[in-house]
Amino acid sequence: MLQIPSAEVLIQGIMNGVLMGCLYALIAAGLSLIFGLMEIVNFAHGEFLMLGMYTAFWMYTLFGLDPLLSVPICAAALFLLGWLTHKGIIRRILGGPMLAQIFATFGLGIFLRAAAQFLWTPDFRQIAHPLVQGPVKLFGISIGLAQLVASGASLAAFAVLYWFITRTEAGAALEATAQDRQAAALMGINTERMFTLGWGISSACVGIAGAFLASFFYVFPYVGSLFALIAYVTVALGGFGSILGSLVAGIMIGVIEVMAGLLIAPAFKYVAVFLIYLIVVLIRPQGLFGKF
Amino acid sequence: MALLSVSGVTKRFGGLIANNRVSFEVAEGEILGLIGPNGAGKSTLFEVINGYYPPDGGEIRFQGQSLVGLRPDQVNRVGIGRTFQKVRPFLGMTVIENVMVAAMQHTPDPVTARREAIKFLEFVELAGKRDTNARSLSVGERKRLEMARAMATRPKLLLLDEVTGGVDQRTIPTLLALIGRVRSEQGLTLVVIEHNMRVIMSISDRIVALHLGEVIADGPPAAVVKERRVIDAYLGDAFVVPTGSGG
Amino acid sequence: MASPAVPFDEPRPRRIGERILFVLLLLAIVAYPLVFPLPYYRDLGIKILLYALLAQAWNILAGYCGQISLGHAVFFGVGAYTSSVLQLSAGWSPWVGLAAGMLVAAVFSVLIGYPCFRLRGHYFAIATIAVGEIVHTLAINWEFIGGARGLTLPIQPDSLAAFQFYKSKYIYYYIILALAALCFLITWHLERSRLGYYLRGIREDPVAAQSVGIPITRYKLIAMALSAAFVAAGGSFYAQYLLYIDPDSVFPLALSIMICLLVVVGGVGTLWGPLVGAALMIPLSEFTRIQFGGTGSAVDLLIYGGLLTIVAVFQPAGLVGLFRRLRRE
Repeated sequence: MLQIPSAEVLIQGIMNGVLMGCLYALIAAGLSLIFGLMEIVNFAHGEFLMLGMYTAFWMYTLFGLDPLLSVPICAAALFLLGWLTHKGIIRRILGGPMLAQIFATFGLGIFLRAAAQFLWTPDFRQIAHPLVQGPVKLFGISIGLAQLVASGASLAAFAVLYWFITRTEAGAALEATAQDRQAAALMGINTERMFTLGWGISSACVGIAGAFLASFFYVFPYVGSLFALIAYVTVALGGFGSILGSLVAGIMIGVIEVMAGLLIAPAFKYVAVFLIYLIVVLIRPQGLFGKF
Repeated sequence: MALLSVSGVTKRFGGLIANNRVSFEVAEGEILGLIGPNGAGKSTLFEVINGYYPPDGGEIRFQGQSLVGLRPDQVNRVGIGRTFQKVRPFLGMTVIENVMVAAMQHTPDPVTARREAIKFLEFVELAGKRDTNARSLSVGERKRLEMARAMATRPKLLLLDEVTGGVDQRTIPTLLALIGRVRSEQGLTLVVIEHNMRVIMSISDRIVALHLGEVIADGPPAAVVKERRVIDAYLGDAFVVPTGSGG
Repeated sequence: MASPAVPFDEPRPRRIGERILFVLLLLAIVAYPLVFPLPYYRDLGIKILLYALLAQAWNILAGYCGQISLGHAVFFGVGAYTSSVLQLSAGWSPWVGLAAGMLVAAVFSVLIGYPCFRLRGHYFAIATIAVGEIVHTLAINWEFIGGARGLTLPIQPDSLAAFQFYKSKYIYYYIILALAALCFLITWHLERSRLGYYLRGIREDPVAAQSVGIPITRYKLIAMALSAAFVAAGGSFYAQYLLYIDPDSVFPLALSIMICLLVVVGGVGTLWGPLVGAALMIPLSEFTRIQFGGTGSAVDLLIYGGLLTIVAVFQPAGLVGLFRRLRRE
């Protein structure tokens, strides 16, 4: 079953894997942030990404806005969605039974997926003529320009996120809340506002990722589920609550995914990724850089 | 032979040494008090004894049998019961069910387990609330419930973690009397972590004092409390033990 | 962390009115296919009972033991495929196949559970989704078990031994009723046994459970195996009932979601929750399917998702929990 492809294909694969990995990292960063803050997994994370992608798609279809230009719009729209989700749902289940925590967002995800299908049909959509498209040669290997730009932007967004967390006061407050909620509250940090901020940022990240993804990936209601699972694996591998871990893990997962597709069979790309998840969980439950 | 013997137990978390070659023994039938300021390593020691963390060095023996490497549930079944600093009742169950779960270790049949549980609840004076949900109990009642639950596993040694923490001051004497009766009526040996100096002085036969992960004193309360190192570390110069107090 | 389930402290003895109601309900369930012999109603009844079985099985693991699995359909498929493959390739009796399916599912569940139970609640849930997806994908690509084309079971003359009742389909109803009743009986007994108390202790607070001597992994695995076995039995039944299975019908995420939904709405951790949930949601799903036709699936899911979230946030104890709370007041 193992077929070894040529060196060029392999290198191209690895490069593609790294590029996609950057995107995965950005998607996972938001999940990691929320989990670090309040130990809740957003089971609707994939659907948030999907909505980000659709936002970019509709901006293009209705207003001719290229995805690159829609980035701020997607970020803002998703920030709002995250904010609303916390205010409307998450706030009420914090500290509640696990079942409520899981199904609150799980149900939301199903709802959003169905809403997208209901409103926009299950058809696969595509942004036909994005500004950034076509192949480009990097070190002699041909890769998609859109993917290159997307990963570059993801890294940039990542850097901004990292700067925000480590260098700004708001970011420090966020970190403090993640470390020790009670102590942070005693220090005068408004934990409620931190939570809302965390949800907003997390969703905005995913909105940005969605905008870039839409320039080279099909947009359809179920697209989120796939990326969500990859994101969960990425967070688990990188370590819960570790933003840096998401980056390293994201790139690793990206490469593993491509390699599995090349070496085994395309159908088993995701099987390999999920197996990695189960293996990581077995050997090192807290992930590479995890705190828990 | 000592009931519990802790020898040279060391536990590190990354660069931090939480327990540094801690050694002491607990004789059968005695009440040992474990004191120390925050961060002294008392809770860590408890968790190591109970099997939540493996020690990085040293040995722990209970009735001659090594506890190192046992899981927490195995440690309990060997004969050590414990309560938690932040009480952990089974909130979704009633008071009696809380104790039944523990009693079932030795009596699997729920009907007999229920009878057993009532006896333990009577001992801690909670029998009247047996069918109420554990959620509706006050902190002091929850602490007593936890004691009943731990005792229902029929341990020989009971580890009590900050039993007076967060409890209404007025109920402390009753709690102390209860602890005394645990030893005298139930025949259990106790190790008690406590912050409240009056409490620990009045109930302990012996005190082991920890500071920065090390044992700095080990002896009868009256002697320990006069030790220079203990006063510096824990009590501070402001604390004066009035001579002739019930310590 | 607190559980949403209402404590098992039902004031007994039940009032005589309730006992009568209960007996009437049982009679109604037993007499149903004879009173409503039309195929549509009979099939609806079978569907409700099948889902009630799956829901109760899930309830054992998630409701009583507190381990939330979001990929439980995997055991349904394992049961369906085990009994079908054994029948097709080795000529085994479907009944033996059903038992074999239960065993295979139980073993498989323990193999997955052992590493995955180290994970904390949310990540255990994700792991179950991952396992479900892996198996689903593998099944589509595994030619030996038919791949994407699925398996068709041969039509044989009606007989109990062959598990085929073309002419008297109502017997299927009684078989699934028996399976569901068995699961309910076992759950009822579980509630009153040490196993049940231990599982609930694990659900409420695993650390405290350990402190009273409960080996939590061992008991989680027991709950897991029991749960998986009954879901598998449902799968084998389904295979025999339809005589055709394929990966998309027995492994889909949608089935896992439905199972969770039924129990959450009905009342997780309670004996009757799964039945209440199934009795309510299955007819509702049929109704939306008929009403909204083509894009019906999306509206279905719209409702399910919304319901799941609303119930989880505002009434996690489900309908049974609500009923008990009202009864107390």
